[in-house]
Amino acid sequence: MSADTQVNSLVGLDNLELAPQPGREFLRGTSVKVLGGLWPKVLAIVIVLGLWELVYVANVKPHDIFPGPATVLPNLWTQANHSLLWQAIGTTLRRAVTGFALALVIGSIVGALVSRIKVLRAAVGSLITGLQTMPSIAWFPFAIIFFGLNTSAILFVIVLGAAPSIANGLIAGVDYTPPVLLRAGKTMGLRGLALYRHLILPASLPTFVAGLKQGWAFAWRSLMAGELLVIIAGTSSIGVLLSNDQNQADMPSAMAIMIVILVLGIGVDALFGTVDRTIRRRRGLADPAVGR
Amino acid sequence: MSIMQRGAPAEPAAASRSSAPVSSTGRREAGEPVVELTGVSKVYGTSRAPLLALDNVSLSVAEGEFVCLIGASGCGKSTMLSLVAGLDTPTSGQISTGGKRVTLMFQEPALFPWLTSARNVELALRARGVPKQQRRTRAAELLQAVHLGGFGGKRPHELSGGMRQRVAMARALAQDADVLLMDEPFGALDAMTRDLLHDELDRICAERALTVLFVTHNVREAARLGDRVILLSSRPGRVIEEVKVDIEHPRRIDSPEIAEIGAHLTDRLREEMASHVR
Repeated sequence: MSADTQVNSLVGLDNLELAPQPGREFLRGTSVKVLGGLWPKVLAIVIVLGLWELVYVANVKPHDIFPGPATVLPNLWTQANHSLLWQAIGTTLRRAVTGFALALVIGSIVGALVSRIKVLRAAVGSLITGLQTMPSIAWFPFAIIFFGLNTSAILFVIVLGAAPSIANGLIAGVDYTPPVLLRAGKTMGLRGLALYRHLILPASLPTFVAGLKQGWAFAWRSLMAGELLVIIAGTSSIGVLLSNDQNQADMPSAMAIMIVILVLGIGVDALFGTVDRTIRRRRGLADPAVGR
Repeated sequence: MSIMQRGAPAEPAAASRSSAPVSSTGRREAGEPVVELTGVSKVYGTSRAPLLALDNVSLSVAEGEFVCLIGASGCGKSTMLSLVAGLDTPTSGQISTGGKRVTLMFQEPALFPWLTSARNVELALRARGVPKQQRRTRAAELLQAVHLGGFGGKRPHELSGGMRQRVAMARALAQDADVLLMDEPFGALDAMTRDLLHDELDRICAERALTVLFVTHNVREAARLGDRVILLSSRPGRVIEEVKVDIEHPRRIDSPEIAEIGAHLTDRLREEMASHVR
């Protein structure tokens, strides 16, 4: 066999192996995929609304105590047309972003130190996991006495809720860097800081993002608990609106606010989900056709 | 069998051939010893339950020589490569690589999945301190050298197994090593791809005058690629035989000469395995 034939068969085999495989992806356009991903969600919402309406018409409770979707949804629409709700959403999201950013910085620093320093890991490794299991609401008495009834108390609890998950995400990511990649990196001559920058940190990114996602869930719960407990005079927040509705026994408004909380939580979670999927897809860790 | 020289002690190729830089076989002639192991032993485990992985192994690989290591499970082949690569230290004995740059390739391509093929190669150049403006062109040249010129922008998961292993080869070449240690690099590939990669490896080694220490389980692969094949016993690993492969290049894995050597290696390996009956 001549050298040319050898090269040609090699390149030809490459082309054969990379040719698109016939499959269902072939027929599906982008719009079809988006619609295909959307209808189960719409169906789920319709089912939930239907069940809600069923319980409502079954007269389990008086209608002013348990209003149906036909009362709550218009209430939500009315509130959405007033600036008060939007101010409240603004305040709450500002706190969420500030608290989460603080947790991100603190969690990353703690995670980086613990993953690098053996003594530190022995000392505080299990403490971090312990903190994660502690319900954040249990921190509020401490935070309110320590900081007073103000935003700092809320932010403190958000950080305590989210930072352990973020730190644990980073630690797990570093721990589970594939050994074969570590060997390859060392063979290449990557050492010390360069090893971290070019290998360990990028390798741990998917696990770190999973930690961020979990941290966000904890942060959001802590924030909601905090806003119900720490009422600051003169500020409107989602928690303040909900608390006011409770005081006035205004169930339709309270349920409308709950829908807002749910939608905000799902929205941010979807954002993390998109980042997570993008990273995984770029690394060939997930089939892009599934998981939407 | 005149092509074999059984039970010979570890010694570099005959001095009479080293005068010519390129032999009639197309492969660069062997010269001075580059990799030398002298009485190397490696013990793993605790002092209570020590496991002797390598027992007093001596061998030398001459410059430009292609040596295959073959043996059954537990012969310490991979241990030996780790020791030569400097990823591990021997319990006793000496290892010298004559100050040459050494690099290691594994059965897995071990490419970084978050980088494109070109970036993977560039990272190896960067780790070596190649200036930024040269990295891109060098990486493109190296990918071209393994016939992957058009695939620099692809990520590892978008390539086939054989293509990934060639990117890994380009990355190994980027380390500008004189000695290439390969730990069953084609073990996970199908026979057709493996066959083509043998030709590729032959060509690259000849072009770059690489010294190669190649671990494999495949007797024909060893005979196809090696200038010499070294058989190791299992638990502990010792050199039990050396076979010199005097077959001209280009070689074919399905030629009768390779099959003959392969059969001999298989017989010896079976004898060795049979000795472990308890």
